[in-house]
Amino acid sequence: MTGWLERHIPKMVLAPSFAAVLVFVYGFIIWTAWVSLTRSRLLPKYEIEGFIQYERLFNAPRWDTAMSNLFVFGTLFIVISMVLGLMLAILLDQKIRTEGVLRTIYLYPMALSLIVTGTAWKWIMNPGLGIEAMVRGWGFESFTFDWVINPDKAIYAVVIAGVWQASGFVMALFLAGLRGVDGEIIKAAQVDGIPAWRIYTAIIIPSMAPIFLSAFIVLAHLAIKSFDLVIALTGGGPGYATDLPATYMYTMAFSRGDIGQAASSAMVMMGVVFAIIVPYLYSELRAKHD
Amino acid sequence: MTDLTLDPARPATRNWSRIGLRWLLFSLLGLFALFYLMPLFVMITTSLKSLEEIRTGSLIAFPREVTFDAWRTAWSEACTGIQCEGLRPFFWNSVVIAVPAVAISTMLGAANGYVIAQWRFRGANLIFSLMLFGCFIPFQVVLLPMARMLGLMGLAGSIPGLIFVHVIYGIGFTTLFFRNFYVTIPQDLVKAAKVDGAGFFRIFWSIFLPLSLPIIVVTVIWQFTQIWNDFLFGVSFSQAGTQPVTVALNNIVNSTTGVKEYNVDMAAAIIAALPTLLVYAVAGKYFIRGLTAGSVKG
Repeated sequence: MTGWLERHIPKMVLAPSFAAVLVFVYGFIIWTAWVSLTRSRLLPKYEIEGFIQYERLFNAPRWDTAMSNLFVFGTLFIVISMVLGLMLAILLDQKIRTEGVLRTIYLYPMALSLIVTGTAWKWIMNPGLGIEAMVRGWGFESFTFDWVINPDKAIYAVVIAGVWQASGFVMALFLAGLRGVDGEIIKAAQVDGIPAWRIYTAIIIPSMAPIFLSAFIVLAHLAIKSFDLVIALTGGGPGYATDLPATYMYTMAFSRGDIGQAASSAMVMMGVVFAIIVPYLYSELRAKHD
Repeated sequence: MTDLTLDPARPATRNWSRIGLRWLLFSLLGLFALFYLMPLFVMITTSLKSLEEIRTGSLIAFPREVTFDAWRTAWSEACTGIQCEGLRPFFWNSVVIAVPAVAISTMLGAANGYVIAQWRFRGANLIFSLMLFGCFIPFQVVLLPMARMLGLMGLAGSIPGLIFVHVIYGIGFTTLFFRNFYVTIPQDLVKAAKVDGAGFFRIFWSIFLPLSLPIIVVTVIWQFTQIWNDFLFGVSFSQAGTQPVTVALNNIVNSTTGVKEYNVDMAAAIIAALPTLLVYAVAGKYFIRGLTAGSVKG
């Protein structure tokens, strides 16, 4: 008996957590998938009706806006954060005495809640009192910076705040990558008289491919889940100009009482995340086994 | 360490262009430092100004007269909807949510990581993969069933309910941290201890836990910032009295009644951010390690 117990204790320790994950992650995903196929409104119904919710979803102009916003926001947010992060990392890599201080400054936004970030930038970009008023105060009377309240530009205001929040983190990833490059190869290249910029573009940056991938995954993941930032910065507005799938889902679930729509939009979000994450996790886990 | 600087190679012009380049380098780095610091600077200065000064002055001007009124209002008087008690009660809600949720999810993660890394059994890797995967789902996909589940459990809108949610969705990450830390410890250690007659728990308590301080620090910081900064679960699963500080901050800023008090908004934002900023200032190294460990596995 004690032998049996002794052998099975590890599994028994792991079991509650695993059971919780099975129910609260996988079970819940199945529940949401199921409900997304029903006519559920305020309360869930469980008779499967087919893909009506998805048809409604793809015909809704608001969802259309949310998806194209996600595309615009996601692309700009990822590209700018990566370019900025890489640039800052290379600049910081030039043996600078104040590196520690600068790194701390670039990275601190990542410690903040997106609600705080949104609140701060909402104030800074407020046309009446923020940057616009400041520049006008300097004498440029016709200067306008009203992105945050302009339906055509508001999504770019979200990009600014998002990049401010996340680029320092990308910098930290890249800096760690730069420090991990084999110094011998670089010395050899220097001895051969290859200029520094060539060493970066031909040797160092290509060798950091896995870090680019990690940064991309994290940023894409952040972009798709973005919810707090939009809520705090624009509230999804003006109108629904800055809606993202995450805010659409929330509106349907908790203010419109349209559970079927909420579930189908959540499933589409999950599809997008998985299309990015699954190949990545698969290759990571495979690499570990070899 | 890359031994590389952007020095030009030609010796004749070396000194001058070297100085020029260094100058350019520092100006760029400085400009970016200003970009990252600007919001914090604006938040702090705005919170110390009077409303009159905000209306007439410039965004980036220092306050002419420093006043802490906005801070007092933000802490104990500002209105979040119909309630006008400031951030104080919500700040404590966040503390009461975060402390047990961090503690419980860290303990579970330590135990799970220990099992997965050191007591391998058939299927352990599959279990780990499934748990890891759970970290990456968009939480929108569990919001609706979770709301119903909390209702069934009698925890809807309550603080224990929020603690429960944070623990459940924190396990994946905490397990990942501890597992990655414990796989680096040689398995022979466990074998030797077993020969000496130590059991599963004995080995954990006497050998593994004492080695675990660094990873406990990383996990606690990661979990604390995640939970403190959470908004989605907070706004979905709380009600009037049980909201965390992020939700209350959003309500203060977006409440439409009365005169817009920007200085109070900024003071409230800083108060909501203080705990995680403090963690970052005190344990930045571990904060970064947590960030990178959560993204680059292994």
